[in-house]
Amino acid sequence: MLGDGIIKGLAETARNFFGSYVDKERLTTVQYPEERLPQIEGTRDFPFLVYDGDDWEKGLRCVSCHICEKECPPKCIFIEKSKDKKPDAVGKLQFYPVRFDIDVSVCMSCQICVEVCPFDAIKMDVEFELSSDDRFGGLLHHKDKLAKSNEYYHKIHPTEAAAVDAALAEEREKEKEKQKQAALAAAAAAAAKAAAAPASAPAAHVPVPAPGTNTDTSAKEETK
Amino acid sequence: MPEMIDQIFVLLKQWIMGYVPSGLQPLCSAILSVLPILVVFPLLFAITTVLERKGLGRMQNRYGPNRAGPWGILQPAADGIKSLTKEDIVPRSADHLVHLLAPILIVIASFLVYSVVPVGRNMVVVDLNAGVLFFFAIGSMVELAVFMAGWSSRSKYSLLGAMRAIAQMISYEMPMVLSGVVAIMAAGSLSTVTIVNMQAGYTGIWPHWYLFTPWGITGYILFMIAATAESNRCPFDMPEGESEIIAGYFIEYSGFKFALFFVAEYLGMMASSAMAITLFLGGWAAPFSFLTWIPSWFWFFAKLILMLMVFIWIRGTLPRLRMDQLMNFGWKFMLPLSLINIVSAGLWHYLPSGFTRWSVISLLLLLSCFLLSRNLRRNKWFQERTYRFAS
Amino acid sequence: MTLSFMLLAAIAILGAAAAMNLKTAVHCVLALTLGMVGLAALYLQLGAQFVGLTQVLVYVGAVAILAVFAIMLTRSRTGETLAPGSVSSRLSGALTALLVFAVLAWAILTGVSPQPLSGAQPEASVREVGVALMQRFVLPLEIIGVLLTAALIGAGVLAIEEKGGDR
Repeated sequence: MLGDGIIKGLAETARNFFGSYVDKERLTTVQYPEERLPQIEGTRDFPFLVYDGDDWEKGLRCVSCHICEKECPPKCIFIEKSKDKKPDAVGKLQFYPVRFDIDVSVCMSCQICVEVCPFDAIKMDVEFELSSDDRFGGLLHHKDKLAKSNEYYHKIHPTEAAAVDAALAEEREKEKEKQKQAALAAAAAAAAKAAAAPASAPAAHVPVPAPGTNTDTSAKEETK
Repeated sequence: MPEMIDQIFVLLKQWIMGYVPSGLQPLCSAILSVLPILVVFPLLFAITTVLERKGLGRMQNRYGPNRAGPWGILQPAADGIKSLTKEDIVPRSADHLVHLLAPILIVIASFLVYSVVPVGRNMVVVDLNAGVLFFFAIGSMVELAVFMAGWSSRSKYSLLGAMRAIAQMISYEMPMVLSGVVAIMAAGSLSTVTIVNMQAGYTGIWPHWYLFTPWGITGYILFMIAATAESNRCPFDMPEGESEIIAGYFIEYSGFKFALFFVAEYLGMMASSAMAITLFLGGWAAPFSFLTWIPSWFWFFAKLILMLMVFIWIRGTLPRLRMDQLMNFGWKFMLPLSLINIVSAGLWHYLPSGFTRWSVISLLLLLSCFLLSRNLRRNKWFQERTYRFAS
Repeated sequence: MTLSFMLLAAIAILGAAAAMNLKTAVHCVLALTLGMVGLAALYLQLGAQFVGLTQVLVYVGAVAILAVFAIMLTRSRTGETLAPGSVSSRLSGALTALLVFAVLAWAILTGVSPQPLSGAQPEASVREVGVALMQRFVLPLEIIGVLLTAALIGAGVLAIEEKGGDR
């Protein structure tokens, strides 16, 4: 018969129409701002900088080595290296980024910066609501906006963060061990020197670098 | 009291006219008749757009618009503000005057049609002697507006869209007129008011609508199919097929001019529905004799909204036809069937009333429908299509 | 000579004049359509609803569209301006116009009684037009129908032959 297909189709759409009022399962739409789908653990979109401790300025892991900046395919990272050094989490003196900008309008979320970072300082975020009414400034994130705590990292990617923390702890343990050894060796050397040539004193007065003592003066000297 | 409510708008107009000086009476009467049309039908258009989007959404298991206002009912207002504040772009090489006139003409034509539609008892702007003819004549002006829009835009897509639209409208105007003829024959008048009055009686509780005769229902279905094609609605929306020619004849229009085309499309759809109601569904007459206490204008608008829902339902169901399918269907099925329908309506008049009349006419129509559809199905010439320039 | 008559007559004449003088073919068709609409409005003003609406239906809905289609299908560029006609074509056009005018003037002058019609206006309702067509003028109507059918079949035959030759 002519038109039986039309009637079948009309019945199908009518079933959908009434079914969507009866059966909530049919409406698969997630009404976004109010409802959200749970994010899977591997979710990633834009990079952020991890810091340890409470103060983000002190605790940034980044040592501004520029590796991520060079590896970034769309060149969305801009780093300005500091002239002075600050002690890092284990007390070793390191450079730090005076400026660390990521242009999220350029970033393509490839995660290469995360993979090349030797210090586990840059990780991928899950925050995606980055819209702004300022298309230049609003999308260029500075380091104050990029810095997020290690606890936050644990919250968004628990497994990955635990692995990173374990590796870091191991490394830091090694580092501390090394420092201890170095300090011991230096002390021994100094003692030996002092014993060998007590007349040439100034060398013995150079102290073993102690955390947080020397940076200010050296910075001043350099700026001068 | 029911009569009072039924005639409330007529009485209101008479009451206002009582306060108007006699010199201004003709003008004031015209304004008072036209103004409700200009208010009610655009309002109905706004309701239809939101109904359509919600309904289509539900048919596709979506929510549809639900952000503007509660349940999205303010969506038309948001759309209106958006189209009013958008930039009006006219292509540099366009024919500026014709480009400007096309949307104006199409909206004027769409509104003019309503002047002969009786929306209630004693509620019609003008009771023309040739009302149905007026409807079809004004409807044919839409084609010219479509051509003006497509040609003046100076875009190949708009020109193609206009060609398709005009070819389609001309092809389906004929079955539309011819399927309407049966109602004119039965009523013996071209006046819409007379046609409705002829259908206003009841046998028992059943009304004398032309729908409840074999030729009536055939004519109604043919009329509605042709009306769908005339108003460029799905499944006959090739003139604006998004995937093929982007938006058809109004591709180069933006801002409020685009909105005018949109309004005109829906007004055309409502006008066709209103005419189908007038010709076959008894106009403002109540569907059962015991429901006549409900005002006539309520019945008209109830029927109109029901018809619009059917339009939406069809749009949510059927895919777009191909041009050759459209033409084959129009010329090889609709036109012969509407001609046979006219003959059967004539026969109906001369056969003795009763079961014989019913069975003979039904048999005639069913047989011809079956034969024509078999013919339509056998002609699968499109499978032999060869692409001469493809190899 | 009411104001409305003057306006409608002006529209009809302006449309016709513009159809002759405009440079673009499509503009000419549109102007001609305007003239036709003016004419239809004149019929309506005279109370001849059927004739006026048929004028709109046929001339605006069909003839104008047909002309537009013809222009678009035959000319490679629809926007190109028309070349001004040669002297001979202009002369022949003027002659034709004059002849038509003469015939019409003769018909009007001889056909209408010099006294203005008195009493009730003649009714030209749809019913009377239909009755006249179906009873008194049924033979001319049938002859025209046969002629048009022949033309339609002829056009179809021409189109089919062309298609067959193409393959």
